Amino acid sequence: MTGVRVLVGTRKGAFVLTADGKRSQWDVSGPHFPGWEIYHMKGSPADPARLYASQCSGWFGQVIQRSDDGSATWEPVGNEFGYDGVPGTHQWYDGTPHPWEFERVWHLEPSGHDPDTVYAGVEDAGLFVTTDGGRQWRELPGLRGHGSGPSWQPGAGGMCLHTIILDPARPRRIFAAISAAGAFRSDDAGQTWQPVNHGLKSEGIPDSDAEVGHCVHRLAMHPARPDVLYMQKHWDVMRTDDAGGSWREISGNLPSDFGFPIDVHAHEPDTVYVVPITSDSHHFPPEGKLRVYRSRTGGDDWEALTQGLPQQHCYVNVLRDAMAVDSLDECGVYFGTTGGQVYASPDAGDHWAPIVRDLPAVLSVEVQTLS
Amino acid sequence: MIRVGLPAHLRALARIDGEAELLVEGPVTQRSVLDALEARYPVLRGTIRDRVSGRRRAFVRFFACEQDLSHESPDAPLPDAVASGTEPYLVVGAMAGG
Repeated sequence: MTGVRVLVGTRKGAFVLTADGKRSQWDVSGPHFPGWEIYHMKGSPADPARLYASQCSGWFGQVIQRSDDGSATWEPVGNEFGYDGVPGTHQWYDGTPHPWEFERVWHLEPSGHDPDTVYAGVEDAGLFVTTDGGRQWRELPGLRGHGSGPSWQPGAGGMCLHTIILDPARPRRIFAAISAAGAFRSDDAGQTWQPVNHGLKSEGIPDSDAEVGHCVHRLAMHPARPDVLYMQKHWDVMRTDDAGGSWREISGNLPSDFGFPIDVHAHEPDTVYVVPITSDSHHFPPEGKLRVYRSRTGGDDWEALTQGLPQQHCYVNVLRDAMAVDSLDECGVYFGTTGGQVYASPDAGDHWAPIVRDLPAVLSVEVQTLS
Repeated sequence: MIRVGLPAHLRALARIDGEAELLVEGPVTQRSVLDALEARYPVLRGTIRDRVSGRRRAFVRFFACEQDLSHESPDAPLPDAVASGTEPYLVVGAMAGG
């Protein structure tokens, strides 16, 4: 029997939502780690029972939790994220140099092949890796040590490394994205990095097409076509066909090209999902209507998906790590809101229904397809 | 035996019911008590004191015998009542956040 397990991180704990392949009846467990912020949870593609969670608190700092039994039990593992060598400085909001200081783990990306290997994207922006199931973490300092590092500046949410994509076709290729530095690519397993922001234009920075300084909100890739990446930038939805060599805008007929998450259909590399948000000063959907937009053409042409979503008086946001797709025959799409709803569509976005309505604000949504 | 009171989140993390009870070798100071606490419960490393600097996290306070010891030297002797186990050493999550 196939099914899905949806991993939901919220401001006040983690929740695990499970269903069979029909995705109509849901079992809800949680809160796990009640009262703690769960920035992200993700399962290992190599061992679906192996889960990792980033648990943090303004009071008590960072904890990494690991489950070896699909969330039935959890064990804290290593929480020491020490930057390599003398950390140096980046720019603070006022333009002055500011020492690199670890704040939290935003994103955990398990290896596709080894359950014990996981990459962690952190604030202040850095990339860490464990190869022993989370007990010890070491920085891959080549990213933070890129020559542009001292000029990186935090976005409003902090200077976070929020996106990590492991190229399934080229095991040594990694993409990472940082707010507000931009997108970066490594072709040598994270040892050295290059900015891949050519074609991005950001009017909020002095040099609109600078090499770095762009507020990238999210990247997404279809594993069958790893040279094509989609990007939700602060403003603009973008696409590259050459692994970041150059980007072009694909916002097309979206009602707003501001937003946070972006994802790709599990079986259709040209089918892309975004959730338009009014603006960076109004973090809620246009016209109070919660609409997912789908392009079946790899961008430019978008259709509103509204069936089952609130079409009046809706003023929630959907954060960058809060959308995911399953890989069942009919692709399921999931997203969570700052209002605590988690919506699921079992038919690629045509129809939606809430799985839960009243969780704490949702920070992240991931889904595992179980067989 | 030194008694240490922890906030609920840290008790849950360390799986402690009630107070932690610790044997401390040598002088009983905030540093030696916290070192002993973290040695007994490694999961608490980084949750009370910063992993890198070793300093008290900003929203954590240390109380004992109705005194706020948060700004005292970590190597100053703790009150006799704490060293004798009559009174607990309290790690407190500061009231913050509105």
